[in-house]
Amino acid sequence: MKRIASIALSGLLALGMLTGCGSNTSDSSSSSEDLSGTISAAGSSALKPLADEAAKDFQEKYPDVSITVDAGGSGEGLKQVSDGTVTIGMSDVAAEEKLDADQAKELTDHQVAVITMAPIVNKDVKEGGVDNLTTEQLIDIFTGKITNWKDVGGPDEDIVLVTRPSSSGTRATFTKYALNGNEEAENKSMETDDSGVLLKNVQDTKGAIGYVALSYLVDNDDVATVSIDGVEPTLENTYSGDYKVWAVEHMYTKGKGSKTDRAFIKYMMSDDFAKTTEKLGYGVASKMSSMDH
Amino acid sequence: MFKKEYAWRGIATIGGLIVIGLTLTIGVFLAYRGSATFFQFHHTLGEFLGSADWNPVDSAAGGGTVGALIFIVGSLVTCGLALLIATPLSLGAAVFMTQISPRIGEKFFRPVVQIFAGIPSVVYGWVGLSVLVPFMRVAFHQQVGQSILVAAIVLAVMIFPTITSMTADALTAVPKTNRDGAYGLGSTRWQTIYRVIIPAAKSGIITAIIMGLARAFGEALAVAMVIGQTTALPTSIFSTSKTITTEVAAQMGNAMEGGELKAALWTLSFLLFLISLFMIWLIHRVNAPKKED
Repeated sequence: MKRIASIALSGLLALGMLTGCGSNTSDSSSSSEDLSGTISAAGSSALKPLADEAAKDFQEKYPDVSITVDAGGSGEGLKQVSDGTVTIGMSDVAAEEKLDADQAKELTDHQVAVITMAPIVNKDVKEGGVDNLTTEQLIDIFTGKITNWKDVGGPDEDIVLVTRPSSSGTRATFTKYALNGNEEAENKSMETDDSGVLLKNVQDTKGAIGYVALSYLVDNDDVATVSIDGVEPTLENTYSGDYKVWAVEHMYTKGKGSKTDRAFIKYMMSDDFAKTTEKLGYGVASKMSSMDH
Repeated sequence: MFKKEYAWRGIATIGGLIVIGLTLTIGVFLAYRGSATFFQFHHTLGEFLGSADWNPVDSAAGGGTVGALIFIVGSLVTCGLALLIATPLSLGAAVFMTQISPRIGEKFFRPVVQIFAGIPSVVYGWVGLSVLVPFMRVAFHQQVGQSILVAAIVLAVMIFPTITSMTADALTAVPKTNRDGAYGLGSTRWQTIYRVIIPAAKSGIITAIIMGLARAFGEALAVAMVIGQTTALPTSIFSTSKTITTEVAAQMGNAMEGGELKAALWTLSFLLFLISLFMIWLIHRVNAPKKED
């Protein structure tokens, strides 16, 4: 008798949970007109411009929501969302790489965009005849084995490496997918704290080579991009899977996140926002032929 | 009747205690976080201070190297050069505005110097990067314009107002009777300045120089933009290198919480704290009333 009662009770509970769930989801979609609250996002500086733009549009739609977006780096973003300091942590890398396994487990991953990294050179290098490098050549250049552009068919000029600090997400992506995991020659490269300064250094220094996300190259004719193994770094080539140097941009929430957080992230990944995403130089996650590397 | 007396004394005491408490807390916190390098990751103090092999791993497993000699040398060399450039200029300016032409000095020179002090460091950095770096490239036929020399020049400009205004205050504080006495004995103006006034203001001048040095040591942003951050010991004043502050600023945001890199960066921060403590101790030494003579 007791057992039957407990089974019946648990069945009832399960039913209650199911209906609870059901009503919850319908609730969030129907009452999304009156979203309110605060969203605070922090982390990856590569994702920040896109998040800023999305925040602006989202706040126009829902004036009661206030959103703040800060940079600070992927590690910082993950730490702060894990602490509860911010509601959304933005990161270039998976949470498991920067947090303890226990902390990472509490976070929910949302893959909001794809970011493509391109090798860039000073214009005189391209004018000197270098518009394509093989992976082999790229590795030799960044590890300091090749030190003059004439060895790869360019002008007789020393190669100047302009890179990012070892903890940078952009550098991690470039090292992994463009250099096949070979570490850069740190004692020969000029590191820059952010991609804006990196662009200026590559633009101003003859013989310079570096790498930035495509989002920094929108409407920028001051530096030249280089193809890798004959594949141009473009969004189309990233979508098709031909170009290999790209990373997923993550937005993490603690647990499921608040209703407002989820609505914001959903908006960032929506078809409405996809056009803006591409205009800013980011890849739309849903257009990728494969999200696996 | 003494209510007010006690109330104000209480407020003043609380203010003082907060300042002392804050300084102590920061020191203890930095020491605690920084000690992980030695206790958790088992590096020796000798390795940290004496080795130029910097390659901490960005994970909690550790196993990298934490030789910070590059940053220590980088900081010492840039700040030393900056002092060499700024001190004579500042002394000259201070003598001019207090002794040679006090009217122009007070009405025009001092406000200008104060404006200098108020310019944010990012402006100095950006001007350095946009004007000084290209100039160096042309003037010295360097392929890379960034160098320790440029960083030192930018720093010199930044600490110039600190040293100048403090030196000027020290010079004005010399009693008028000293000057009158010197003139009365038949000294020329120059003899009065360098035989009487400057020796009398000596401890104030040294304090000014140390304060300038302290500011130079702590500056990260402007230096980071023009030093061309390379993880290598400088071989000449045209080399690119790194300082303690630039490395901390560049890596802190992305480093993994609890990882070896983060611990090493905390240790670097603690080192900076100790250096500024040492400088303050020096100031006290200089200003302490002499027991003998």
